Amino acid sequence: MRAVFAFFAGSLFGIGLLISGMTDTTKVQGWLDVFGNWDPTLAFVMGGAILPMLVAWQLTRNRAPLVGGQFPAPPRVELDRRLIVGSVLFGVGWGLAGLCPGPAMASLGYGGVGGVIFLIAMIAGMFAAPKLGAQLDRMANAA
Amino acid sequence: MNIEWISGLAGGLLIGLGAAAYLLCNGRIMGASGILGGLVARSDRATTTERLAFVGGLIGMPFLLRPLIAPQAETHLTPDLAIVIIAGLLVGVGTRIANGCTSGHGVCGISRFSLRGIVATVFYILAGGLTVALFRHALGVI
Repeated sequence: MRAVFAFFAGSLFGIGLLISGMTDTTKVQGWLDVFGNWDPTLAFVMGGAILPMLVAWQLTRNRAPLVGGQFPAPPRVELDRRLIVGSVLFGVGWGLAGLCPGPAMASLGYGGVGGVIFLIAMIAGMFAAPKLGAQLDRMANAA
Repeated sequence: MNIEWISGLAGGLLIGLGAAAYLLCNGRIMGASGILGGLVARSDRATTTERLAFVGGLIGMPFLLRPLIAPQAETHLTPDLAIVIIAGLLVGVGTRIANGCTSGHGVCGISRFSLRGIVATVFYILAGGLTVALFRHALGVI
């Protein structure tokens, strides 16, 4: 059943990304482009997505997931170098191409060769991440 | 801006419902980079099937339904492959080092008032905004 629910969730995610326009890189870059012709759509998408999740997090209280097991632990609070540096690197790539991981996968079927190349590069980056993360920790310890 | 904010809000609600379903049914946070990254790292074999199923729905459904619900949808990705590759590498490395992206830190983190999710979101939006300002308006390459 876990796989069935996961397929369902992934499908909703993908269809939502398609309908919202978030697989269109011009709309994402348009939202980031505060000095140009600013496009507010992404704020509505983010707001719309947060609403059901506000309810969902409340529903996790004193309950267990449908398939059993446990809900995620409360979020960590410490802000570390990995979080900041990683988010900045991600943001630069996001701004350059207008794709983040969800839309990069959702648009794979209609994004042409460029979309496939982006996804391959993204996976290569994910392969490299543990080594770069460890390097970052060494720099933090040395500083 | 016509009706684009309505389709944005409607699509956003679907994204949130997907995240809610993944959380309430499977007890997991719907983060695109984490789900794919877990497959890449092969760190958690027990969840491989559910990760693959999620990715299957995420890639397959928009492809299958696009002709019906949004036939005009295009990615408009830059034809400059150097930028595509550099951007892909940065997105892959950055989201894994930060342990989350727009869905995990953004949608799922902000909605539980996670400090890390909020701080990550502020930093990737600032970095993205500065990148567009620099590369579009100052350098004119995107």
